[in-house]
Amino acid sequence: MSLTVRRIGPACTLQDQGRTGFLDQGLSRSGAADILALHEGAALLGQSPDCAALEMAGMGGEFEASQPTRIALTGAPMKASIDGSPVVWNASHQLTQGQRLVIGAALQGNYGYLHVGGGVEAAVFLGSRSTHLTAKIGRVVQAGDVLAAGPDTGNTGLKLIPSERFSGGVLHVVASFQTSLFDNTALDRFARTKFRRGTRANRMGMQLESDGDGFAAKGQLNILSEVITPGDIQMTGTGSPFILLPECQTTGGYPRIATVLPCDMPRAAQTPAGAPIRFEFVTIDQAMALHTRFQSELAHLPRQVEPLLRDPHDIADLLSYQLISGVISATD
Amino acid sequence: MTPPNPFPLVRTVGLDGALVTFGDAVTEPANRAALAFRAEIERQHWDGVTETSASLASTYIRFDPVNVPHAEVTQRLAALLNQKDWYSTPLPEGRRLWCVPTVYGTDLAPQLEEAAAAAGLDPEEAVRRLSQTRVRVLTIGFAPGQPYLGPLGPEFNIPRLQELNPMVPEGALVLAISQFVLFSGPTPTGWRHVGQTAFRCFRPEMAQSFALRPGDEMLFKAVSREELEHIRDDNADGSGGATCQEITA
Repeated sequence: MSLTVRRIGPACTLQDQGRTGFLDQGLSRSGAADILALHEGAALLGQSPDCAALEMAGMGGEFEASQPTRIALTGAPMKASIDGSPVVWNASHQLTQGQRLVIGAALQGNYGYLHVGGGVEAAVFLGSRSTHLTAKIGRVVQAGDVLAAGPDTGNTGLKLIPSERFSGGVLHVVASFQTSLFDNTALDRFARTKFRRGTRANRMGMQLESDGDGFAAKGQLNILSEVITPGDIQMTGTGSPFILLPECQTTGGYPRIATVLPCDMPRAAQTPAGAPIRFEFVTIDQAMALHTRFQSELAHLPRQVEPLLRDPHDIADLLSYQLISGVISATD
Repeated sequence: MTPPNPFPLVRTVGLDGALVTFGDAVTEPANRAALAFRAEIERQHWDGVTETSASLASTYIRFDPVNVPHAEVTQRLAALLNQKDWYSTPLPEGRRLWCVPTVYGTDLAPQLEEAAAAAGLDPEEAVRRLSQTRVRVLTIGFAPGQPYLGPLGPEFNIPRLQELNPMVPEGALVLAISQFVLFSGPTPTGWRHVGQTAFRCFRPEMAQSFALRPGDEMLFKAVSREELEHIRDDNADGSGGATCQEITA
């Protein structure tokens, strides 16, 4: 079970659920930007969500199966084909030896995921296979690399209906320890502001833009450096917010106005440049209810998997893809 | 009338964290308290705690709020805080003194003169003081293995730069607000680049990836540029010619 990388986009890395326990050494968690997509891929292949997958930021690549290999495609939908025949996203597929999987640019969202049966095998460093580019742990995947996988048997031809999260929307936030550094006027305005995702974004964080003034805290320049967690909304010197992502720094002096709930981080990370974002403050009790529901949705994903071709809607969809692409003739 | 002292202060961090803050400035007792309190929580292995860390004056506890509700964590933290005076606890055991060869100034560390001027010293005197001050690892953070070190004398309480230094290399010793940071990788910074070492704080390819521990002490002794180049010729272990000894007292 392995895939040889023939072509690859500029920002593809191996990711699992990240490494825990090294915050005190200045090393943040890393891990998939869209944890839900990691669980969806695991459900489609009937394996553990701890398996590593290829995270493809914006653009996929071309992969050749050196051996028969099961794959699943999740996260930001991207145009995908096997030996020229379009294949459905959010589904699992079988590659026979020598077949070529081509994955194009994201049609919606940012981060697409390529999962292989058995999980991508790579050296485990401090308990995780996650690349952490800013810490120089691992590197981007390059043409010529081999994505090897562990022993694997199982079905393919399964699909999942993904939860919609690829065009921005409302992110639920809780107050955090620095929220009170902002006065009520600033907090109210923050909660009413229609933000757009800016153009500056990577696995460390994503910039938000809005019309009107920035958001400054009291004594902003004299704040002691404190712990940072993914999901924190950090105000930079200019008062424009960044949502911090899995490769964020572990400490910092810029104040954080609030923290996005873990259950809404997939939506945050998948929001494309220019798409709208609003923040809604919830209490810890409300947040716990949302969090518990998310955990239970993750746990139920394996039961949501359905056969790919039984649903006439999908068959019609598949045909329309084929007509558009024109690569399949009636006599094939 | 002075307001009542709010510290130690327990606050929430997002959905799944708590922060115990021992002061609003970096003081020796607050830093000791943060280190000791974190060590005690690690020692107690509370159910549901996934990760802890200490920053300059705070201890952070991340937990699974589904298994341990916020109220329970807050209650346990309050009980532990009441057990003793954390501000007077000793520093962690197993601390070490690192003596790291450092080139001050030259084109390797071009902001020494500027930093000396800001401290009201001539460059030679600044080097003499900086190279003879034993500083402590107050916390490790921002980037992997990267220490914040202090305190330096009050004359070095100089502000951060207005304009970012676009890039300083790994091993750079930078200075602001009476602290050093020893960079673990190339990075832009608002601190002044006063010294250059060949010491690697983060060595992911080695069995022991992180060189330093909070509470360790460091001394950045002045060497010539030639000496540093000689050290770099044979620096496979990443130590940059540093010596390391246990602190026994």
